[in-house]
Amino acid sequence: MAFAGEERTAGADGEAGRLRGCRAALERRAGMLRAVRAFFDSQGYLEVETPTRVPTPALELHIDAEPAGGAYLRTSPELHMKRLLAAGYERIYQIGPCFRRGERGRHHHPEFAMLEWYRAGANYRDALAETRALLAAVARAALGEPVVTRHGARIRLDGEWTVLTVREAFRKLAGWDPTLAYDADRFDLDMATRVEPGLPADRPVALIDYPAPAAALARCRAEHPPVAERWELYVGGLELANAFSELTDAAEQRRRFAECARERARLGKEAYAADEEFLRALERGLPDCAGVALGLDRLAMLLSGAETIAEVRLFTE
Amino acid sequence: MYTASDLRKGLKVEIDGVPYLITEFNFVKPGKGQAVYNCKLKNLISGGTISRAYRSNDKIDEPRLEERKLRYSYPEGDHYVFMDENYEQVNISAEALGDNRHFLAEDMEVEVLFHNGRPIEITLPYFVEKRVIHTEPGVRGDTATNVLKPATVEGGYEISVPLFVNQGDVVRIDTRTGEYVDRVAKK
Repeated sequence: MAFAGEERTAGADGEAGRLRGCRAALERRAGMLRAVRAFFDSQGYLEVETPTRVPTPALELHIDAEPAGGAYLRTSPELHMKRLLAAGYERIYQIGPCFRRGERGRHHHPEFAMLEWYRAGANYRDALAETRALLAAVARAALGEPVVTRHGARIRLDGEWTVLTVREAFRKLAGWDPTLAYDADRFDLDMATRVEPGLPADRPVALIDYPAPAAALARCRAEHPPVAERWELYVGGLELANAFSELTDAAEQRRRFAECARERARLGKEAYAADEEFLRALERGLPDCAGVALGLDRLAMLLSGAETIAEVRLFTE
Repeated sequence: MYTASDLRKGLKVEIDGVPYLITEFNFVKPGKGQAVYNCKLKNLISGGTISRAYRSNDKIDEPRLEERKLRYSYPEGDHYVFMDENYEQVNISAEALGDNRHFLAEDMEVEVLFHNGRPIEITLPYFVEKRVIHTEPGVRGDTATNVLKPATVEGGYEISVPLFVNQGDVVRIDTRTGEYVDRVAKK
C-alpha cells in the first residue's frame, strides 16, 4: 500500500513508469477499502455519500477549511451524516476525501481519505469495541493476520487494548491533571511533546475521557470534574481515529459553536458561521449515538509500514 | 518576527539574541488540538544543537542577517583584513575564520554572513590550490591513493595527501571539509 518504495524502483520513464510501478500497492489499498466495506456491510451499515463542498465547515478551534468558490471543502462529513441520523438512519458509514488547510507533515496531508461512521443507540465504549473488530478484520484481510508491525514492534490488533484516561496519561507523562484546571495551550503542547511520545508503542492505546473544554462535539458526563466521552486511538504511536458519544443537546451544541466562533475570532482566524441546517436537525432530535472518524491514509501506513503519509498517497500536492 | 507556521527546514531564526539554523522540522497536530512544530536548531555561533516545540501562534524572532561579498587583503595581528565593494576595510578575527584562514589568498572573494555586525558564517570558494611546502617522500612506485601521509601546505595548514604527492606539488583542497581533493601540478 506504500507507493514510495515502488517509485524508487520505477526506473527512468517518468510519471507513467512511476504509476505503473504502483499497481501492487494500489491493489493492496483497494483490498483495504474492500475489507472496510465488507466489515460495515456485515454489521448492517449503509454506505452514504454527503457533499464535499459545504456552505460552512464544522466549527473547530484548530481546524481550518479550504475556501472553495463561496463555499468550503469539508474538513469532515460529520454534520451531514448527523442530519441523516436525525432523519432515522441508524447505521451509516462514509469513505471520502476531507481537506484541512495548512496541515502538512509526516502524518498530515491537506487532502486525506477519511472513514467516518455513526451508530444510533451506541456510546463511545461500544464504538471502541467496534473499532477493534474493524481493525482486526481489515488487517486479517490485508496481511493474513490481525497484526501490524511498526518500528519493529508487532502489534496485535485483536488482543487487549490499553485504555488510558487523559487524566491518568497526563498525570503520569506530563505531571498535571488537565481535567481539574484546563489550560488549552499547555494541554496541546504537552500532548504533542510528552503524552503522545510517551504512550506505549507496542499495542493499541485509547486515550479516553477528555477534559470538558476539549470535548469538541462529544457529550460530557456530569461527574466531578466533568469529562467528555471522547477517545483518540493510537496504534504504534500513530494517531488513527477519534470518537465521541455524540452531543445531542441542540442548545448546548449552539452554545459550543458560538463559543468556538468567538475563540477563533480572538485568535485572528476566520469565524465560520454555525451550520443552521445541522442545528435544526439537532432540535428535531438526534438519537443517542456514537461516531468514529478514522484516517484511511494512516491505516494504510500502518498496514504497509510506511513512515510518512506521502508514501501512501498516489499523488501528493 | 516569524510565526510558527513560517518555520521550515533551512530557515534561520533568533532565540535569546543568538542566531540558529533549523536543521529538522516536524509538523505534529495531536487530536483536535493546535499544531505543534517540533524543531531541531543549530546554534550558529557555538555549533551546538537544541530542540524546541512551537505552537501555531508562537512568535519567533527573525535574525538581522546581512550577507556581504568581501575581498581578502592581508593578515594583521590577530585578525584578517578584507575590503568591501566600496573599498571599506572590514576586519575579521582569526577565531571567526577558523580553519578558513589557512585557505585565504590575496584578492580571494568570500561571502560573509553577519549577525548584528558579527561574522557568523564565512564561505570561501569551494576549492583552493596550495603548494606543498613539506612532506616526506613517498615510497617509490607507490601510486595507491588510499594510503595517506601528512603534508604541510603554504600558510602552515596540515592535510593528509596520497603517497605520490611530493614537496613542491600543487594540490587542490576542498574548503568545506579542509581535505585534499587532487594534485593539480607536479613540481
